[in-house]
Order: sequence, then C-alpha cells, then structure tokens
Amino acid sequence: MGLIAYLARRLLSLVLSLAVASVVIFAVIEVAPGDPAAFMLGMNAQPETVAALRAELGLDMAPLERYGHWVLGMVQGDFGTSYTYRTPVSQMVADRLWVSLPLALYALALTMIVAIPAGIYAASHRGKPGDVAVMGLTQLGVAIPNFWFAMILVLIFAITLRWFGAGGFAGWDAGFGPAMKSLTLPAIALALPQAAILARVMRSSLIEVMGEDYMRTARAKGLTRSQTLWRHGLRNALIPVLTILGLQFAFLLAGAIIIEQVFFLPGLGRLVFQAISARDLIVVESVVMLLVFAVIMVNFLVDLAYALADPRLRRGA
Amino acid sequence: MSVLQITGLSLTIAGRPVLRDVSLDIGAGEIVALTGESGSGKSMTAFSVMQLLPEGAAPSGHIELDEIDILQADEATLCSLRGQRMGMVFQEPMTALNPVQTIGAQVAEVIRLHSNATRGEAQQQMQEVLIRVGLTPDQVPPSRYPHELSGGQRQRVVIAMAVVMRPRLLIADEPTTALDVTTQAQILDLLQQLVTEDGMGLMIITHDLAVVSQLADRIVVMRHGEVVETGPAAQVLAHPQHPYTQMLREAAAHQVDLPQAEATEPLLVVDKAVRDYPAPARMFGRAAPKRAVDHVSFTLERGERLGLVGESGSGKSTLTRAILGLEPLQAGRIEIDGRNVADNDPTTRAKVQVVFQDPYGSFNPRHRVARLITEPFHLLPDAPTGAARSALVGEMLESVGLSATDADKYIHEFSGGQRQRIAIARALITRPDLILLDEAVSALDVSVRAQILDLLADLCRDSGLTYLFVSHDLAVVREVTDRVLVMKSGQIVEQGVTEQVFTVPDHPYTQALLAASPSLPEAVA
Repeated sequence: MGLIAYLARRLLSLVLSLAVASVVIFAVIEVAPGDPAAFMLGMNAQPETVAALRAELGLDMAPLERYGHWVLGMVQGDFGTSYTYRTPVSQMVADRLWVSLPLALYALALTMIVAIPAGIYAASHRGKPGDVAVMGLTQLGVAIPNFWFAMILVLIFAITLRWFGAGGFAGWDAGFGPAMKSLTLPAIALALPQAAILARVMRSSLIEVMGEDYMRTARAKGLTRSQTLWRHGLRNALIPVLTILGLQFAFLLAGAIIIEQVFFLPGLGRLVFQAISARDLIVVESVVMLLVFAVIMVNFLVDLAYALADPRLRRGA
Repeated sequence: MSVLQITGLSLTIAGRPVLRDVSLDIGAGEIVALTGESGSGKSMTAFSVMQLLPEGAAPSGHIELDEIDILQADEATLCSLRGQRMGMVFQEPMTALNPVQTIGAQVAEVIRLHSNATRGEAQQQMQEVLIRVGLTPDQVPPSRYPHELSGGQRQRVVIAMAVVMRPRLLIADEPTTALDVTTQAQILDLLQQLVTEDGMGLMIITHDLAVVSQLADRIVVMRHGEVVETGPAAQVLAHPQHPYTQMLREAAAHQVDLPQAEATEPLLVVDKAVRDYPAPARMFGRAAPKRAVDHVSFTLERGERLGLVGESGSGKSTLTRAILGLEPLQAGRIEIDGRNVADNDPTTRAKVQVVFQDPYGSFNPRHRVARLITEPFHLLPDAPTGAARSALVGEMLESVGLSATDADKYIHEFSGGQRQRIAIARALITRPDLILLDEAVSALDVSVRAQILDLLADLCRDSGLTYLFVSHDLAVVREVTDRVLVMKSGQIVEQGVTEQVFTVPDHPYTQALLAASPSLPEAVA
C-alpha cells in the first residue's frame, strides 16, 4: 500500500516537473526579447524571408496559443521541422538517440562494472595498500580530462594497435558487434571519470555502513566478515550510490558533446551543438525538452529504485 | 559448572591498556551484573567474550565458554559460537537492526546460519521465538520492518535473535538504558524469564545499581579496566567492601540537601498552551496534525524548583522548547515575568536559560570556554566588556566548581561532568530568573551526577535559583524538586508537591511509572 502511494506521488511530481520545464524552455527561447525568425536568419536576411519564416514558425500566433501548439505536437510525437535540414526534428532526434542512448548505457555499464567492485574492495581493505592504490587511481581518473584520455585511447588502440577504428559510427545496420565496437573507445573515455567518482562514493558509503550498529549485530549473530558485508552492508550502502548513478546517466546522455566530437559520433550532443551553431531554434528547443524529459525519467527510476532498496521510503501517506 | 570462565583477561587497544587481569565466571542459569562508570571496561569485557573487538585490540589471558578457549579459537569456530552458543543484546535498539530487511528475515537468518533447517522450518522457528519474546503475529507480524516498531519492540527482536538458538550464554550490554522506564521493566522481566526457562548464563552490563539489585545474582564492580569487587549482589550492595563500590552505592542513593523554597510571585505562567506538528503532506490534503502539547497550564513561582516527568514522546521536550520561545504555539500563551515569550523580546529571553542533556554535542568545539559561556550576553543591552567581562567569566567558572584559568581552554579538554558545569555557568551568566534543565544529568555517571545535583542545591542556597527540571528519572526529580508535573501524551495528568505525588500517586499513569522504576533497597545501617 505504501509503495503504490509513494509511486503515485513520484509520478505526480514527474508530470509537474515536465510541465514546469516545458514552460521555462518555451519562455527562454520564444518569449525572450528579439524575433526568433530574424535571429535564425541572421543579419542580412530579406524582410520577406523573415515574414515567411515567422508564418512557418507560427510566430504570428499569441504566445499561449503557440505554447499549446508546441506541447500538443510533442505529445503526439511531432517536434516540428528543422529549419536548416528541412527534415522532421523527431526523425533527426530518433536517429541520434540510437547512438547516444546505447553509448550512455554502455558507458554506465562500464562505470558500474569498474566502480562498484573497486569501491567494495577499497572499503573492505581500508587503509591497506590495496585501498591506497585504488584511491590513487580514482584521484587520477577524476583529474584526467576525458577528451585527452580519449585521444590517448585513439593513439594506442586505434593508431598503434589498430584494434578499433579511430572514429565514426558503423551503424546498427552493420550488425550489433561492429556497432558496439565503434562505441567502445568513446564509452571507455566517458566512463573513466564517472567510474572514479562512483568508486569513491561506493567506498565511503560502505565504510560508513560498516560502522553501523546493525553490522555489529550481524557479526554477533555468527556471520563472517564477508557475509556481513554482502548480506547487510551492500544494500544499505547502495542507496547513496544510486543517487550518483542517476546524475551520471543524465550527464552521459546529454553531456557527451566533446567525446562525440573527438570520435565523430552522430549523437545528440553533436546535434545540439550543430543546431546552436546554425541557430536552428526549433531543433534546440525540442532536443533540450527531450533531454529534460530523459533526466526527469531517470530521476523517477532512481526514486523507484530507492523505494525498492529502502523500505523506510515507502512509508508516508 | 560454569558456562563462562574468564581468567586473567588483559586487553590493550593500539597499545593502550583497557583491561587488566579481569577474572569472573558465570554459571548456568545465573545472572551476573557487570557494573561501573563509563570507561571502566565493562563493555570491552563483553566484546572480548564475543571477540568483536575493535581493530588493534590485543587480548591475553583465558576466556572459556563451555571449555572452549575463545582466545585460541580460529575465526570459523568463533562464527559458529556467536549466535549459537553465545548471543548478545545491545544498548541502542533503534540502530541495532538492519533497516532494509524485515524483522522475520533477520531472525530467520540466525536459524539458517546455525542449523540445517529448511526455509519452512526456519520460518516456523522464527515465528515461535518472536511469540516467545512477546511479539505476537497479530500485533507485530514478522513482515514488519524495524522502522515500524517501537524501541522496546526492536529490543525484543534483538533478544529473539540472541536466544533463538538457545545459547549457553547471553550477554546484554545496557539493554534498557535507551528505553523508557515502563518498557525497561518489561524487558528486564523478559530477560529473567528466558534465563529461568533456558538455564543459560546471563551477563548483564549496566551502570544502574537499581537494575542490578532487582535482577542480578552476583555483581562484578569494575573501575579503570579492573575488577574491584565481586560477590552476591544483595550482599555487595548492602555491605560494599571496596571504597569505590561504597562511593557508587552512596552516589546512586545520593541525598541532595535542598534548601527550603520561598515561593513569592508567579515567574513562569503557561496558560492552555497547544503545540501541533503538521502531519506529512499527502497527495490530497493533509492528515490531522499531531498534538505534542495539549492545553498545558501551570505556574512556576519565583524561587520554586519544579519537576517535569514523563516518558519519551510525552511532550516534555516540546514544552521546554516552547518556554524558550523556540516553538510557536497554536493556542494559549506562555509568560515569563508577565511578558509573552512569543514576542521574542531579548530582555525576556535573557530571563530564561537552558542546560541540555548532551554535554558533548551542545558546545561549539572551535570556541574557547570564555566565549562559550558569554554567548548569552548578546541578549543584554549593557553586557560587560573587557576586564569586567573576564572577571565575571572567572567568577562564574568558580561558582560551578571550576577554575578561572579554564576560560582559555577548549571544550575537548573537559570531561562530561565538567562540560555540564560549563553548561550551567553559561546558563547562569546573565543572572537569569529561570533555568530549564532538560535531562541535564541523564548522560552523566552516578558520582558526577551527584556532584552536579549538589551544585544545583548550592546555587539555590546562594542565589535563590528557580528552575524547571525535566527528566525521565523519577529518583532524581524526587531529590531536587519541590513540586512535580507528570506529563503523558501532551497533557499534564497529575501535579502536586513532589513528596506527595511520589508517596501517594493519584493518576494511574503516575502509579505505573513509579511501579516500573527500579529502586535500590534502603541503605543498610
């Protein structure tokens, strides 16, 4: 009963956040001073061209009407038409999402595979050489800029060893293997700093949990040190880790612009970058809204995971 | 034959000696109390038996549980002993259980760990032991999580985990210190019953001599990591031989020489005060607010010492904070010297000061004592400065039994009792009309507590102190107050002259509280 009420509350807040976000994005881009049509066409545009674009953008409608139009369109999957590319934005975004989403998930998986065991290892060997080594490596991982690390990866694995391509995306038509192969180096480059951060969070969270009274109770019950860690420590320690994971996924989805540039990947980040350069506000607006939607969805999933991990959160109403 | 035999146990932690040559033994069905003040090594003795010592601990000597030498046993043997042959119950039931597992799962884990029971059999045994410790499935089903249980219920779960395998030895480390007095009585009864039924040895660690006298067959008195006296509980308590035991015994039954109060005029008037806490927001509307203080009215005369007793959640602390003006009232008013505290006027605020329970948490560790105790000066329009200020600080420190030179020290240089003296100096420095003592001696050892209570009596004699003494400890309230209020569920259920209320309690709740409070037998001539 508690769980349902909890989910209902989270869902309500999800819808509200989306509504607020859409209003803010709309206001910033469309209601801000200046004529979007004139801005998009640049300084030397003909008045007729501007007027035509204004009509196309629906700028002659009242702001409220335009907002309604925009939101209604998005709900039906219509994100408008890109001014520069003359293709439906939904089509462009869908194409890019097929690169960005797998890349983000790939990087996230790598992050977890490296960080969680590393954090557990460091915490259970606290103060010993293994812990010091892991912490030193994470320090390095946080400090190295990922575009530089990406170039080093290219230098070693693409140019010297020739195991991977230096950039570009094979496309899913080429098959799962080749597509994943072309995402591997970017995913590693993206995952490195994230894994370093997550490993540190995992370690400190587990160390804190290991000092809890219930861990001593578990030992008094006759559990060995490692049984105590796995059965009672881990689930409690994962709660703060989930928070960080949620933030990291949102970042990986939207924040891969630089890595996408380094590896010539046709992802969402590059799309936004190109759209901003081309002043294609329709694309910018839609992609930003989509990213906000993704971030809010991820937060919702994190909340859900919290409720599964921690029964105290299911209480409430 | 003894279940547990400790011979010549010494322990160092990181080279620092903690225990020295401790010897004791516990027979089957016997209850042995380890007592002493904080730092005496009672808990470390227990953790040595369980071999759950902190890192860097180096025990030596012999600990034999059923003739198995624990100090020689390997970790695998120890794991099979813990939970099966020896169980342990801890001080803090609120944090002793894993918050993300059901209580049933946590109890069943012990059974699965130490026997070949199938899942179904373990379930069966788990349900039986929960019923045995008084958690019936209709009231507290095993599917509950720890946060859905009260402190007393959680302690029952911990006890269930410790006794489910019918161990030979049960260790209980201050099992009732964190609990209310009525709950304490129930838990002590339960422990005694389990010992009788299963014939196990019980090592109970407690600082409370009244608990010892009620429960224990034998007593082991410890100080600075050494056993100073041991013997049958009744005999040791009646005729303590060692000076330290005599001191503990006297401090526990300490009589405070409180001067006669001279009540003159009303100082604090609480008139139908109501404090509601809003319930957490729901999706549609709000639940009814929780009423923490419910139409409370009383008057405290100048020069009077008033007690406020009740169990946790009764509203004592909320009421105290409301008097300090830290909680807004939803109805009624609180006046000090005829001025409403809600007006937030500094001169009214300066008339009331407070001493809190925790002498460790209520000071900023980065300030020197002089700065700490002059903090209330911001309430005064003409606070003394310069030499006059330093002189006053020195005078205040001396009046609470410290030295004027302590003004330049930091708070970590002081013990718990000294810190509580500093807290009292801080409360006195503005010469307030009223002092609120919120569980001010509850965290202190008995000997220190006696000193602080004497200090209060001295201050009453010298400067006619008026205070409100808030405590769950009925024996202390009886010593240091003229009149007492009994609070339950936000309401004052009984009030009257302290001696009267304690000898002929009127309200059933007061009677229950008094009946549950363990007391030392009268001092033997």
